Amino acid sequence: MSSVDEHSVAHVETETEATIARNARNGLILFGVYVLFYIGFTYLNAFQPKLMASTPFGGLNLALIYGMALIVFALVLALIYMWQCKAAKRKQ
Amino acid sequence: MIYERALGAVIIFAFFVTSVLVLSFYLGRRAKSAKAYYAASGQIHWFVNGIAFAGDYLSAASFLGICGMISFFGYDGFLYSIGYLAGWIVALFVIAEPLKRMGRYTFADALDNKFKSRGIKLTAAISTLIVSVFYLIPQMVGAGVLVKPLLGFPHHVGVLLVGFIVVVIVVTAGMVSTTYVQFIKGSLLVVFCAILTWMILNRGLTTKPMNGDKELADFKVLPAAEVLKKPGAELVPEQGPWTGKPYVRIKDTSTGITSVWRKDGENNQFLAETQTLVVKDGKTYANGLPHGLKPGEGDLRSIGRISELPGGVEKTGPLGPIEYLKTLKGSTMVLWSSEKIVEPNEVTTVYFQKKAKGEDLLLPGASPTFSGLRGPDIWKKLDFLSLMLALFAGTASLPHILIRYYTVRDQESARKSTVVGIASIGFFYVLTLYLGLGAMTSGSMDPTNNNMAAPLLAKSFSPLLFAIISAIAFTTVLGTVSGLILAASGAVAHDIMTNVLKIEMEDRKKVASGKVVAIIVGIVAMILGILFEKLNVTFLVGWAFNIAASANLPALIMLLFWSRTTKQGIAAAIVFGMFSSLAWILLSAQAFKDVYGLDPKLAVVPFSQPGLVTIPLGFLVLVIVSLLTAKKKVAVPYETGTVKPVV
Repeated sequence: MSSVDEHSVAHVETETEATIARNARNGLILFGVYVLFYIGFTYLNAFQPKLMASTPFGGLNLALIYGMALIVFALVLALIYMWQCKAAKRKQ
Repeated sequence: MIYERALGAVIIFAFFVTSVLVLSFYLGRRAKSAKAYYAASGQIHWFVNGIAFAGDYLSAASFLGICGMISFFGYDGFLYSIGYLAGWIVALFVIAEPLKRMGRYTFADALDNKFKSRGIKLTAAISTLIVSVFYLIPQMVGAGVLVKPLLGFPHHVGVLLVGFIVVVIVVTAGMVSTTYVQFIKGSLLVVFCAILTWMILNRGLTTKPMNGDKELADFKVLPAAEVLKKPGAELVPEQGPWTGKPYVRIKDTSTGITSVWRKDGENNQFLAETQTLVVKDGKTYANGLPHGLKPGEGDLRSIGRISELPGGVEKTGPLGPIEYLKTLKGSTMVLWSSEKIVEPNEVTTVYFQKKAKGEDLLLPGASPTFSGLRGPDIWKKLDFLSLMLALFAGTASLPHILIRYYTVRDQESARKSTVVGIASIGFFYVLTLYLGLGAMTSGSMDPTNNNMAAPLLAKSFSPLLFAIISAIAFTTVLGTVSGLILAASGAVAHDIMTNVLKIEMEDRKKVASGKVVAIIVGIVAMILGILFEKLNVTFLVGWAFNIAASANLPALIMLLFWSRTTKQGIAAAIVFGMFSSLAWILLSAQAFKDVYGLDPKLAVVPFSQPGLVTIPLGFLVLVIVSLLTAKKKVAVPYETGTVKPVV
């Protein structure tokens, strides 16, 4: 993948190829983690609905906890990624 | 239910629209080049872009549709919230930065960065157009549906109003004004929904929702004997389509009104009050009276109430977010359903109460759409998995979202703005759960239309809040429709005209052609929005997600991660993805029922959402075609006698 497309108008990228590659790898790892979490949710809803009714803690059922967790976890992973990218840029 | 035109809502809406248009004209004076028109000159700040993502993405389907579904059916609407939000993870970790690096103005630009192929540009542009139109129709229909109860105008007025305003926004300053409209709308939506949620939590839960000193949603369940023995009560015998149904019709001989009661209790010893809408000889009657608001006329009453709180209390007082959900889980709610009874010269729709336990409602599968989750039918479960996949894969494949990436300076800004988008969109979707549940228990819902749940909830607090939320709901449509028309305009003017047909145009002409296309697309959208008034809006949004994910995602991902992708592979994947998902949808049970009016059991495909099948197939087609069209290595003899491979 080229980092600058010579045919497009020059928007200047401030990150080097190495940084981009590192960020992409980090991104994919975090992506993989989220995908597993998401698949777990969909699988349980489809094939183990009774488990979703259980109340592990806090008095709320797993469906509510897991659902909210997916939303919150998305933001958490996004912030982790931001932090990793900042660190990578500083090393650059 | 009939809604009086709320003057407050009209005024606030007019204020929003005027401000937005003034802003558009001001920004338009500076946005002259193609780069400015399509990509806001790459000068949008990442924070503004992040909120604009929210304003672009959160359409009426998210705000009204999800809250409405939760208010009527419980947890299931939240499944859409989760799926819609999860899709942004694909955008952040896979698509955002490469897309920004590889493209200029449109999705086709990015896809074609490596190959410079007209085939790719054309297919990507067509895909953009098709997805944008499929997404536009439900937005325009939504505008018409909204404008009737909120602003008091008929359906087509809403469609034309939205169409006209959006065309003006897009034509004056393209992406610049679109961005700021979306930014304003995104902020307003999130802020006011947060305020509304805070008010819901502060109000707490009660078994007696009140409007001033009037008790709301106070529907009786009485012993059958008491109802039948009331003076003047005359039992109407079961006949025709009423036979065998759990209803008892009682005519009040003093007023001449026939009321319908539903049998309740284990031995049918109770009768539950219902509401009816009867259409007879072209006239409509609500609960026995001519449907209207004048004296002597009647309307349906609002619904939505808790019948039992934990501990038998009547009200809870302010609750925290977790306590709110816990309390609902331990409560019993009164939900409403409806049934149509068709006789030769009159059609009665009966709206009846049914009790539901909170612990059951706060689990997936309580709604008709997802009831398959609770049963044994594997096809229904696959349909659910397919939908969750389409939502997950679809977000990052939507052209009007992708073009937002070109408005920021560089990929670092693209990344930051996606995070801001995730934060605001995620926060909003958490709020939808509370808005929906708050509406369910507010006593203010319309039994005929769950799209109105969120605005009516606002109305139960104050007319001012209702006016503001209604105006915001309408502005919501403006934000998304602007993005869609701009994406479509880019596809035709930039991708097809400039890059495929190679029509030579100087920069100013490119902008002009973009604007002309925007006007045409706007007009087409208005026509379709009027024609498709009766079509189910969520159905169409689901279509758009499935088509986008099937056509665009395989191409984008394989281009980024597989070096042997060829230009034919990409073009083939897009074409195959588009047509296979379209064909599947047209042959599905959902289409049979809602579009053709045929028996859904005759449907050709085993489940309605194509994603689970067409997305993987898209990848497969890309791989196969790429391998078949791979450039062959040819051995050429050198003068020294050795053989060197040449590509």
